[in-house]
Amino acid sequence: MILGLTITTSYYLALSAMLFVLGAFGVMVRRNPLVMFMCVELMLNAVNISFVAFGDSMDDIRGQVSVFFVLVVAAAEVVIGLAIVVAIMRRRPKITADDISVLRG
Amino acid sequence: MLNILAQPPTDAIPTPDVAWSGLMPLLILSGGAVLLLTIVSLAKDFIPRWFTPIYTVLIGIATGVAAIPLWLRVTDTPSAADPNNGPFATLDSSFGVDGFSVFFTMLFAAVVVLVALLANDYLRREDIDGPEFYVLMMLSASGGIVMASANDLIVMFLGLEILSIAVYVMAAMHSRRIESQEAGMKYFVLGALSSAVFLYGIALTYGATGSTNLVEIREFLSNVILLNDALLLAGFALLLVGFGFKVAAVPFHSWTPDVYQGAPTPVVGFMASAVKAAAFAGMLRVFWLTFGSYRTDWQPVIYGLAIATLLVGSFVAIVQTDVKRMLAYSSISHAGYLLVGVQAATNEGTATVLFYLAAYAFMVIGSFTVITLATGPGDAKTSLTDIAGLARTRPVLGIALTVFLLGQAGVPFTSGFFAKFYVISAAADANSYGLAIVAMLAAVVAAFLYLRIMMAIWLDGDEVADPTELAAAKAGIPVPWGAAVVLVVTVGFTLVFGLWPEPMIEMARDAVPALAIG
Repeated sequence: MILGLTITTSYYLALSAMLFVLGAFGVMVRRNPLVMFMCVELMLNAVNISFVAFGDSMDDIRGQVSVFFVLVVAAAEVVIGLAIVVAIMRRRPKITADDISVLRG
Repeated sequence: MLNILAQPPTDAIPTPDVAWSGLMPLLILSGGAVLLLTIVSLAKDFIPRWFTPIYTVLIGIATGVAAIPLWLRVTDTPSAADPNNGPFATLDSSFGVDGFSVFFTMLFAAVVVLVALLANDYLRREDIDGPEFYVLMMLSASGGIVMASANDLIVMFLGLEILSIAVYVMAAMHSRRIESQEAGMKYFVLGALSSAVFLYGIALTYGATGSTNLVEIREFLSNVILLNDALLLAGFALLLVGFGFKVAAVPFHSWTPDVYQGAPTPVVGFMASAVKAAAFAGMLRVFWLTFGSYRTDWQPVIYGLAIATLLVGSFVAIVQTDVKRMLAYSSISHAGYLLVGVQAATNEGTATVLFYLAAYAFMVIGSFTVITLATGPGDAKTSLTDIAGLARTRPVLGIALTVFLLGQAGVPFTSGFFAKFYVISAAADANSYGLAIVAMLAAVVAAFLYLRIMMAIWLDGDEVADPTELAAAKAGIPVPWGAAVVLVVTVGFTLVFGLWPEPMIEMARDAVPALAIG
């Protein structure tokens, strides 16, 4: 009970959905590659909130176990993403996603 | 609060039973990759250059050979003498070993062998050092095996990520070409986005069904009538978006042309064959097998995706001028045909998708082998005018490319004809007549694309018609042995299964999956 408000599972799910949409929006509109990675992280962690909330509401441990797998995957993903950005930035400092456009369809 | 906390403490943490025999091909492939990385890191100066490709080919062959006894076991019915025959699951029922997963294991093993042979010549030409390419490719293929065998959505997510993360690096591998890095970057950002969407789909499905295990989800969906299935349907939609990105279905295809154009050509061959196959394996396992009782909800969506993919893939390809982009759109239109088979949601439809994936994998690796050799150092000359007259300057490549293009167009006496014929007849059997007609029309439009490339390589390019120059060109550039082996195998596969498709389609029918409960 906070301020007379009972926090139920659906609050956590709504928070998770909002963070997920925020992250997806960020990936699409932000031009800085680093910020884009951060937005992807935000999406993955938003999903983690969903997993924990569902697991808690169903009294099931698997929701929380899934979070560990997602954390590992997110870490691996960032390692690769940063490596690619560093490789590009070495050649062309101060790059944004708009500058990386040799390929066009 | 949680059940597990209420249990009395025991001495040992219970661990699930592991059927090592069922995991053997996967262990050989992934263990082989890690071992190679270790060997080369420790003894870089003592390893000759031919060692890594040969090693990769041998590991690929070993993986395929290890899958054969498994195939015989899982496609057999249990009998008194062999009660263990038939599909089974291991690792606490999260990893299924059935005809379906073993079929894909063999396909990935073949792709690893072929791409390793091709990459050897490519990496030498581009002067890219080190074993990383081979290690990443083997790891990526083992991720594909995990996806095709996953009996649990979280395991499938892990397989998807093992598969994709390695391919992001492979796409950005050519560190001196900005196009390659741009391709890697684009593929990474969109791939990570789609993985997150896929994961959210898993979370919602878990919330709606109370499990991530495919067997339990299937039981739940066929026994329980959900009064409010909005959560479940949202989960379906997000999972489908995740798969749609990986298979390059319209409207999630926008990365495909850029990545195919920019990435190193052997990597594109791997992407078009293995990544697409793994994504379709996952899609069939999740949608057809697990969500089968809700097929009326997802079939219309796949119907729409298939039509959009077929039309966009065929029509947009016509206006392209770059060969790699053309083949990218061709790969999109092939994804459309595969979706036609998935949409049928029948045993026969699934078998035809497997046949199509196998036939397409060989044709597309062959096509990109020819493109690798024809475009020259740095993958620079990829426009249609650059390869004009290829059939006259390098007849072997010209003839091979013609076979692959005819195969992709679905001309009779190639495996591509039967691939298209089977999926379209499966769609017609499932009463999807409209889709079958659109697929046939799209085949006609797509044929124009392949004819355009064939016209360019056979009829254009008069500037090299000077006989002395022609003779010099013929003599000057031999086909490297690795690529020659790939071309012989892929041309052979395309023609043999074009004349005699029965063994392959029978194998695909035997592979049609059964979710193992173990």
